[in-house]
Amino acid sequence: MATTSLKQLSDMPELLSGGHAACPGCAGPIVIRQILLAAQQDDVYVVSSIATGCMEVSTTVYPNSAWRVPLVHNAFENSAATISGAEAAYRSLKRQGKIDKKVAFFAWGGDGGTYDIGLQSLSGALERGHNFTYVCYDNEAYMNTGIQRSGATPKGAFTTTAPAGKVSPGKGQTKKDLTAIVAAHGIPYVAQASPHRPRDLMKKVQKAVATEGPAFLNVLSPCPRGWRHPPEQTIEIAKLACETCVWQLFEIEDGKTTVNYKPKERKPVRDWLESQGRFRHLFAPRNEHLIEEIQADVDRKWERLLALEAMDKAQAD
Amino acid sequence: MAERMALTGNDSVAYALKQINPDVVAAYPITPQTEMMHKFAAYVADGEVVTEFVPVESEHSAMSAVVGASLAGARACTATSSQGLALMWEILYITASYRCPVVMPVVNRALSGPINIHCDHSDTMGARDAGWIHLYSENCQEAYDNTIQAVRIAEHPDVRLPVMVCLDGFILSHTLEALETNDDEAVRNFIGEYEVADSLLNVEQARTFGAFSLQNYYFEFKKQQADAMERAPVVVEQIGREYGELSGRHYGLLDAYRCEDAELVLVGLGSTMGTVKQAADDLREAEGIKCGVLKVRCFRPLPGEQIRQAVKGAAIVGVMDRAVSFGLGGPLFHEVRSACYGETVGMLNFIYGLGGRDLSLTDAKDTFRALLQAADSGEPEPTVRYIGLRE
Repeated sequence: MATTSLKQLSDMPELLSGGHAACPGCAGPIVIRQILLAAQQDDVYVVSSIATGCMEVSTTVYPNSAWRVPLVHNAFENSAATISGAEAAYRSLKRQGKIDKKVAFFAWGGDGGTYDIGLQSLSGALERGHNFTYVCYDNEAYMNTGIQRSGATPKGAFTTTAPAGKVSPGKGQTKKDLTAIVAAHGIPYVAQASPHRPRDLMKKVQKAVATEGPAFLNVLSPCPRGWRHPPEQTIEIAKLACETCVWQLFEIEDGKTTVNYKPKERKPVRDWLESQGRFRHLFAPRNEHLIEEIQADVDRKWERLLALEAMDKAQAD
Repeated sequence: MAERMALTGNDSVAYALKQINPDVVAAYPITPQTEMMHKFAAYVADGEVVTEFVPVESEHSAMSAVVGASLAGARACTATSSQGLALMWEILYITASYRCPVVMPVVNRALSGPINIHCDHSDTMGARDAGWIHLYSENCQEAYDNTIQAVRIAEHPDVRLPVMVCLDGFILSHTLEALETNDDEAVRNFIGEYEVADSLLNVEQARTFGAFSLQNYYFEFKKQQADAMERAPVVVEQIGREYGELSGRHYGLLDAYRCEDAELVLVGLGSTMGTVKQAADDLREAEGIKCGVLKVRCFRPLPGEQIRQAVKGAAIVGVMDRAVSFGLGGPLFHEVRSACYGETVGMLNFIYGLGGRDLSLTDAKDTFRALLQAADSGEPEPTVRYIGLRE
């Protein structure tokens, strides 16, 4: 039986070794370690593909690799297509009696490789129904190439291609709702998670692995370099994202939405914005109206999520 | 039992793929490749193959999925044309450098723009530096035979490189031809089982494929690729001989037709070489002009020394290109001329058939006559000439 007990997990071998080159405080390796520990249990083996990006370049510098499970890196936009080929090979070889192991296929990508350049590849693999789990580690910009804006960058954030300047307050557009786009494919399991709640994340991983067909996990992945916060605050920042409802923890199982964390008292978005240097310019008098706009966006999205949950619950009753 | 069948180029390759019975085929539709995949999908639907067919959402994903499948230990194929090949570009290089022995029939079609669906070689010529072995087919028989041999060439331990089998769009893909097919079991025995030491699915050995390789290692990987390509000609020839023993149809790197005593030689690729052979026969018979034809079957690796040996006795050589490298001329011409460096033989470049413009028997004879005139006048200018262009 798969476990999420921290006591038991702490006795299991790490599947992503230390010694990789990720930045101090990067949430990426924390997310990968939690997921691999949760997924490779009992008689299940993990086989992964990873998109070009921070986690790929920092964990696989030849002749070293931090990965203690099989991994392929193909290119930037094709992590999902690559794993769909491996999964098809598995089905064919299994049918021919050439392999008998249980394999959980994972595709990994950052927000650039998932929300943007890899969206078509992801959509195709989801629609075809491959038995795999896609994990997006969402650090809300192209961090690997130097903090450029992506479709996942939130409104008002400073990036190097949408910098805050004399006439521009940073990114002018809202963050793309990728999780909703993925859910619209009608796949059996979709969830958002955060590394500050490891058991929630790992339970979701185990549900994804147990799912027949495609599963998708969107995991918030704070980036001290790009978000401009001290490295030791990574987990605190992830927690604050959920307490302000800027990031929501929920899952969609066979189309039914469940919200996994509802703060008793929602903290104002202002707290979130104040915690990171990328939003500093929003506190200049000429930009302060944007803080209200962002709060209104977050409120609307949160209310809508709760309404979806209530609607699905009402239908089930 | 070997069997005589009437098949189009697309169907002949689909039939070869059925006999190869790959573990995975990932493909996306594009004219004129489509019917090949219709046929193959029908084999899958009827349970005639063990193949897992992955109907991807683009050619980029087709090539990407094939890389994933190949690294997972599967014998994997795809097929495409033109824009589809162009969309695969990025992953073509990765397939070759990861040493995935993938076989890909390419039904040659002109690249846009303007958009066109008919044959030329601009698609595969553009991929000539991607690290793939390129075999060109003169007719449907060769397309079938090349596809089967490609599996052995690609998977040969001295090579381990992907192979594209080129066949001319519509001219071959949609033309019915009577051809000999091999017995299923003979093909199965010829290609053997695909076995790999390291694969993604060797789950107890955690290997990382496609690691990040910097100044300290990248160069050595590229040299290994270059070395594999250097070793390929011997393997192509050896497998061509073995295939000859199986089928009675022998294959080499080149097909030199009446070149021994030829004063005029036309060099080229693909289906046009059939027309040019006929023109050579006709001109020899009717006018006593000593014409020869050198068909380049294996374009990558380029068998430069063999080309030089085949044409060095001629008075003049014409190289026919169904593609243009803008600002240079025909790509095959430049490679052949480079291969013949030091020989005194004159050389002209004839660019023809772009976007499917037909090359008639008359055009082929006129091309030999143009060669003859250039040889007689001693003035081989202009070097690059266009055949069949509208006035």
